[in-house]
Amino acid sequence: MESQETNVQTYSHDHAAESKHAEPIGYGTYILVWLALIALTALTAVVSGVNLAAFTVVVALVIALTKASLVVNIFMHIKFEDFIFKIFLSIAGFTLIVIFTLTFADVYFRR
Amino acid sequence: MSEIVGSKSETLSHGHDVHKHRDVQGAKLGMWLFLFTELLLFAGLFLVYATYRYFHPVQFHNAGLETHTLFGTINTMVLLTSSLTMVLSIGAMQRGKKWLAVTFLAGTILLGLIFLGIKYFEWTSEIREGLYPGSPALLNMSDGEILFWGLYYTMTGLHAVHVIVGMIILTFMLVFILTGTINQNDYIKLETAGLYWHLIDIIWIFLFPLFYLIN
Repeated sequence: MESQETNVQTYSHDHAAESKHAEPIGYGTYILVWLALIALTALTAVVSGVNLAAFTVVVALVIALTKASLVVNIFMHIKFEDFIFKIFLSIAGFTLIVIFTLTFADVYFRR
Repeated sequence: MSEIVGSKSETLSHGHDVHKHRDVQGAKLGMWLFLFTELLLFAGLFLVYATYRYFHPVQFHNAGLETHTLFGTINTMVLLTSSLTMVLSIGAMQRGKKWLAVTFLAGTILLGLIFLGIKYFEWTSEIREGLYPGSPALLNMSDGEILFWGLYYTMTGLHAVHVIVGMIILTFMLVFILTGTINQNDYIKLETAGLYWHLIDIIWIFLFPLFYLIN
């Protein structure tokens, strides 16, 4: 709490938003996230050796998405940022989903 | 609490850059907008990969068996660790520990270099096996395998270029910390450079299963 106003000299009208920039996240949190990322990498490498037929791609992508969301939320601080950052990210993510869905629909029905 | 805040504000009001206008949120939003363009660049390539994989499932499967899974796994862990040292560097800067921040940042750059070193050995061994774009051995293969290796070199190559650019940016940040341009009260440059470095990590998180695991 004592570090809340460290960035007061930026004289932002929104002090609540600035405090998020100033409040450091514990080293321990980062190390835990890193351990989870390493564990997931080991898991995905091991699981790839198991024959899961059609599920191989799904399992690998779910693990990759989990890892990416850990990096985005904690390492890239999205979890602690203002709402506007989440809106930005959602619009970008939605755009990608639209592009992929339309392309896959085109490819699938073309055959 | 108000007492603590008050005393903090007071000390800061004597700082040298009290009246310097900075928009920390704006800087971060700007960086994110740039990262979205990077994301779109790679998304296009992932789209090409997915489409061709759909048309040549067996050939992609067979070509995927040829990539070095061990190199890929180690490199994934190297990049993930470099992301950790990156956030630890920012954390140290937030706490005003300049030399700790310098150490972690130097570690991040070093891990980037190790990543490229492993990449070098990996590509060298594949090129020695005759697997490089336009090679006689590759041109004798099926369309699907040619496409797989073309995408492999394009996507991991473009990613490696990003690692090099990231390392150059982080080297500038290292100099900025040493000269005091980046300090405990103004470390937004380090934060945005960190965002770029993490994006490179995220792209690799997706490249890794597609080229090394699903086969």
